[in-house]
Amino acid sequence: MANKLIYLDNNATTKVDEKVLEVMLPYLKEEYANPSSIYSFSRKSSNALKEARGVIKDFVNAKDEKEIIFTSCGSESANLAIRGVLNYNKNKKHIITSKVEHPCVLNVYQALEKQGYNVDYIGVNANGELNLEELDLAIKDDTALVSIMWANNETGVINPIGKISEIIKSKNKDTKLFVDGVQVAGKIPIDVQANGVDLLGISGHKFHAPKGVGALYVNSKTMITPLIIGGHQERGKRAGTENVPYIVGMAEAAKLAQDSLHYEMTEVKRLRDKLESNILSKIYNARLNTGVANRVPNTTNIGFEYIEGELILLHLSDLGICASSGSACTSGSLEPSHVLRAMNVPFTAIHGSIRWSLSRYTTEDEIDYVIDKLPSIIEKATSISPYQKELQALKDLRK
Amino acid sequence: MWDYSEKVMDHYRNPRNVGAIDDADAVGVAGSLTCGDQLKIYLKIDENNIVTDAKFQTFGCGSAVASSSILTEMIIGKSLDEVKKITNKDIADELGGLPPEKMHCSVMGYEALEDALKHYCPDGCVTIDEIYEHINSEQKKEKIICTCFQISENMIWDAIKQNGLKTVDEVTNYTKAGGACGKCKSIIQDVIDTYYNKQKTEVEKLTPTQWILKVNNVIETQISPELQKDGGDIELVDIKNKNIFVRLKGRCSGCKNSTMTLKNFAEKVLQDSLGTDITLTEVQ
Repeated sequence: MANKLIYLDNNATTKVDEKVLEVMLPYLKEEYANPSSIYSFSRKSSNALKEARGVIKDFVNAKDEKEIIFTSCGSESANLAIRGVLNYNKNKKHIITSKVEHPCVLNVYQALEKQGYNVDYIGVNANGELNLEELDLAIKDDTALVSIMWANNETGVINPIGKISEIIKSKNKDTKLFVDGVQVAGKIPIDVQANGVDLLGISGHKFHAPKGVGALYVNSKTMITPLIIGGHQERGKRAGTENVPYIVGMAEAAKLAQDSLHYEMTEVKRLRDKLESNILSKIYNARLNTGVANRVPNTTNIGFEYIEGELILLHLSDLGICASSGSACTSGSLEPSHVLRAMNVPFTAIHGSIRWSLSRYTTEDEIDYVIDKLPSIIEKATSISPYQKELQALKDLRK
Repeated sequence: MWDYSEKVMDHYRNPRNVGAIDDADAVGVAGSLTCGDQLKIYLKIDENNIVTDAKFQTFGCGSAVASSSILTEMIIGKSLDEVKKITNKDIADELGGLPPEKMHCSVMGYEALEDALKHYCPDGCVTIDEIYEHINSEQKKEKIICTCFQISENMIWDAIKQNGLKTVDEVTNYTKAGGACGKCKSIIQDVIDTYYNKQKTEVEKLTPTQWILKVNNVIETQISPELQKDGGDIELVDIKNKNIFVRLKGRCSGCKNSTMTLKNFAEKVLQDSLGTDITLTEVQ
């Protein structure tokens, strides 16, 4: 029991794969040369960088290596994409995003709104699916950019990016589409060409690379103004000496992720479904927040009615189980998750919503352990709730 | 990861006095489902006005459960007079402190208790439905500042008073007000300003003797004990309006840091406690 760790918070970050660490180490030790240098000592690091760019190109199915820019994280990729496109198209003042984006997009949009941009925030239905009609109607002649995440970090709900791109381009072919792909990398296949994506951001640490490295795909038809000005690195789009060891690590992680996509979409999905169906059948005040929406295979978001999420997480943590919650209390912000609110998850369940996110390292034993322990934790939290009357009614209803 | 004290963890892991009391003599409620936390407290009070039993039910995070649980322990066996003196700070202190962002949990405990006492009637005439009705009508009567969390001016006022809050952020940590849409932040600032202006005018209304006693009280209870720890001390020599003259004694006298002690510590404590600008001068 002691020191047991069951990590079901892989949408927050993931464990670094041993093989990833292994390929990184030489570049942290003997192969420390600056890849831009001229001497032969730098050949290995500059080749490694080139090779890594090719791997990431294949990972997202870009057309050309030149379309890949290495960054420090998903947030940087999003900032560079959004501000990069807008700074290049200064005359266009209308931008669109969804209400359920990650803060690295939403907060940038809110900052832009204050600077004078007109912003449309597209809503979602009760399952978390984007309102495509609303999107269609929002696109105007001066719409510079639409930012839509491929999958939501809290719910795992997948947006039909190909269809979204079609809608946008049929209304305004000059409007650019930035896709925050952080939560799909390593979970489902990514094909930027087939889906009409102009810009796509990913983050290494969500697919078993270390924190501190990401990438931005910018297709050759899309121009951006850089945010970080300095040397000529990344074809002038992102100055700063390349973080070779981490880039090499991310490329290795991308290869491993690509190889395990089938496992992810079958086995990880099976374990996720097992966890989900057992929770829903064993716990009467549990509620699947996403309904029938199409989701990435590793994520489930379940609300426990009339109890509060942080308390559940604390009890889980005592057993070494890591998950996360959309509750206000966990984050220090006083408002519950903007994603669940946009979905109109009832207030009875929103504060007690828990996100479980698995990875290819998750084992059947771990899932069985959670299925075994969770009911008594929920029972403990439920027994002290002041809403006993409502809980009883719910119990009778779902019997 | 919150930095919870051992005591907080013990209380949310093993909450004491959980449940309802069917024939409670007083019941108090604070918070709501929308806000993300709610606390109900039930009291049994005997004919000598002693709280003989207390139970609670809480919808809330770990620190909300811990605050509720420890509150029941703090009041069982106490007289109503003693119970009435309990503030949110006492609850937080008893728990070994709470993270600043979680202070509103202790405030919720205080509010539920206050609510129970407000509606206490010895005949046992109060039902939960009546209380809810009462709360709803009270809330309508009170001026709501934060519409997102339904926080009234009185609640903000109490939190400022009990905890010496000075900034809008602090008020948000203690009451949640302003923590959602943030539209009421400027009104909260007005409440803070009004509170400290009022305190200032109260100081100005004091008679010279009352003023001297008040200054001397701060020196004796808040400044002198700190200096004594370092082998020094301080005494009040004279007061001319807002100019206060003191003498440093023991190891403080002649200490080359004495000016710092005087300006950075003593003057600040006096200003904070008196709620008005003063000048502190050392005399030999």
